[in-house]
Amino acid sequence: MGVLRRVRDWLDQRFGWAELIAPLKKKTVPAHRYSYWYFLGGITLFLFLIQVGTGILLLLYYRPSANEAFESVQYIMTQVQFGWLVRSIHSWAANLMILSAFLHMFSVLFLRAYRKPRELTWVSGMVLLALALGFGFSGYLLPWNTLAFFATKVGTDVAAQVPLVGRWLMIFLRGGEEVTGATLIRFFGFHVALLPGITTLFLALHLLLVQRFGISVPPAVEKEWQGSSRGAREIRFFPNFLLRELMAWYVALGVLGVLAALLPWGLGTKADPFAPAPAGIKPEWYFMFMFQTLKLIPAKIGFIDGEQLGVLLFAVAGLVWLLLPFFDPEGRGRAQRWVLGAGIFALTYIAGMTAYGYMAK
Amino acid sequence: MNLTAKELLPAVRRGISISCFAVLVILLGSGAQAQTKNSCLDCHAVLDPPLGVKAEQFAQDIHAQKGLTCVSCHGGDPTSEDPTRAMSRAAGFRGKISRSQTPALCSRCHSDGSYMRQFNPSLRTDQYAQYLTSVHGKRLARGDTKVAVCTDCHGVHDLRPARDPRSKVHALNIDETCSRCHANAEYMKGYSIPTDQFASYSASVHHDALVVRGDLSAPTCSTCHGNHGAAPPGVASVEFVCSTCHVFQAQLFDQSPHKAAFAAMGLPACVTCHSNHRILRPTDAMIGTAEEAVCLNCHSSGDQGFAAAEEMHRQLKSLEAALARADQVLSQAESSGMEVSQARLDRGQARDALTKARVTIHAFQVARVAEDIGVGVKGAEQTYQAGVKALVERDYRRKGLAVSLITILVVLIGLRLYILHLEAREPAP
Repeated sequence: MGVLRRVRDWLDQRFGWAELIAPLKKKTVPAHRYSYWYFLGGITLFLFLIQVGTGILLLLYYRPSANEAFESVQYIMTQVQFGWLVRSIHSWAANLMILSAFLHMFSVLFLRAYRKPRELTWVSGMVLLALALGFGFSGYLLPWNTLAFFATKVGTDVAAQVPLVGRWLMIFLRGGEEVTGATLIRFFGFHVALLPGITTLFLALHLLLVQRFGISVPPAVEKEWQGSSRGAREIRFFPNFLLRELMAWYVALGVLGVLAALLPWGLGTKADPFAPAPAGIKPEWYFMFMFQTLKLIPAKIGFIDGEQLGVLLFAVAGLVWLLLPFFDPEGRGRAQRWVLGAGIFALTYIAGMTAYGYMAK
Repeated sequence: MNLTAKELLPAVRRGISISCFAVLVILLGSGAQAQTKNSCLDCHAVLDPPLGVKAEQFAQDIHAQKGLTCVSCHGGDPTSEDPTRAMSRAAGFRGKISRSQTPALCSRCHSDGSYMRQFNPSLRTDQYAQYLTSVHGKRLARGDTKVAVCTDCHGVHDLRPARDPRSKVHALNIDETCSRCHANAEYMKGYSIPTDQFASYSASVHHDALVVRGDLSAPTCSTCHGNHGAAPPGVASVEFVCSTCHVFQAQLFDQSPHKAAFAAMGLPACVTCHSNHRILRPTDAMIGTAEEAVCLNCHSSGDQGFAAAEEMHRQLKSLEAALARADQVLSQAESSGMEVSQARLDRGQARDALTKARVTIHAFQVARVAEDIGVGVKGAEQTYQAGVKALVERDYRRKGLAVSLITILVVLIGLRLYILHLEAREPAP
């Protein structure tokens, strides 16, 4: 009797292991030509787990104060054994996670996986994407370097433009009128306590909903299957799908390793709150489309402040995007074409504005 | 409401009193207006230069802003509309102030400390005394009215404080103000001094610092020659002039063998090697035995100074080469994404040692220069080693990456084969 079998028997006798994993053994997932897009959700989860692991390791050395933050990250990168690798992986995985979350969102949209009964899966996923952006925004400041400092200043200035509560929101985010050490401690709190706590809840809900409703089949494939004598094609979740997912995770790990080793995440220079802002301050790439849009809006449109109007429009667009499944619960007809059009527009707009933002001086 | 005549009387009396008071105020007001009347500008505002003075031009003048008027310098009666009366000698009219009278006239106020204090307590009041000691002042006293007087540099009727960038004596404008006479060969004919100072200064490192880089602490004409007491520094005192800024260089020069040698040969310090107005950015080529080295002006092959110059040049070059080598390896490490900011900082300190050695050169002692060079070379070597270490670390990371990628690839192939094996054995559900 192998060790594994003995462990399984031990667990079975105490917790009814066989009974617990029985549904897992029976669980199947649809197999079709679009199946690979479904790995994006798993890859996002994998990168999130890497973030948790590397984040905990960074916490062992990071010191969240304006006087020590930069030096502590510098210490991690130069003195701590494999510190450079942990920090580089943390930074790259953060970016890859947001990229894969965006791709996951658009793949769900274009494969119409948001249809009834999965509306809340979409909503919880959108909340997770917003939380990921929050992780990105708060984590960016933590090394306390010049670029991060001024990007945070610009970012929180944008928050101040939110109608009615803008100023209050800016002071809440900064912990005062200006970006200071108080902002750093606050962002650290958001990054390592508040956001992980909320994310854990929504991640559990998202995974629970995915388990409850299973993986969606695109309407086109469904139609093909209905017309075919072979009917629906499925594979076992365990181990067949899970092993494929594992392969995707390994590929992601390889990409992460290449990026971290060949392009280690830079540190820049320590933030100096009294220095003038360097030219060409740009936010992280995932905020670029919003930043560039706000830059292009005239200072005044009629009697309304241009930037305020921009923030308001993004808020409305975000709300519509969040509620998209409720406009097209069946995934067909005119509503479906509108949602598809909105998806194509959003993708083109985000990609175009991001590229423009990097090309513009 | 019906009021009797008796009841109305106090109100009528009060009304008459208020009316009388109002008339009095208006009359006094018009009297005050008559007192501030300035008839000078009524005529001179419409005259052509040199008699013409525009009201808006004079309004910009610091004197006008402090409440002084034409009469303060020119005398006369500005309240009179009659030109004969307004410009009468009886009214104290002085007319056009001659060039020879100008410094003394200005000094009536500007040398009076108690008077000037009310306008600007920190303003100096020794300008006239200084002027009398200047070449300009001395020549004026001898009757040469071509020399500069107050108005030549400060302007007239539109004088601005020296801190005003539009002032002719603002640090950024002084060289051009002086050059109006000193670069004019025709005007300077008969003075037997060169007229290329402005052209030379414009090519100097000082001009570059002041005008191009906007460093207002950089020297201009008046920094070395003085302003009101303007005169050439002279052979004996030029070192003191330069040392007001270049303190360490002057101290080291005083300890050098050149101090006594220059004095014996009647050579001025500093300018013998660096020139005066055309002071170019010093380079390492200035010291040594190459063609452009200034040492060759006095030293020749075989003498002790020649050998010392050659050695100091060699040392400077050796540190420069060590820094360049460290730079190259650090840049290579940086472009590979390695964190070498501490090494960059150390490299900056090694660079400082080179700067210090270039200052120590002024002691003209090989051992003292070697001391600074030694510190720099040691720092540069440490920086170089830090860069090499970073590159070794980079290569180690790349090897580690290769091993990891091979492992990942093997696992992927294994997983794929295992999946194929599984699915070949078990039919899909």
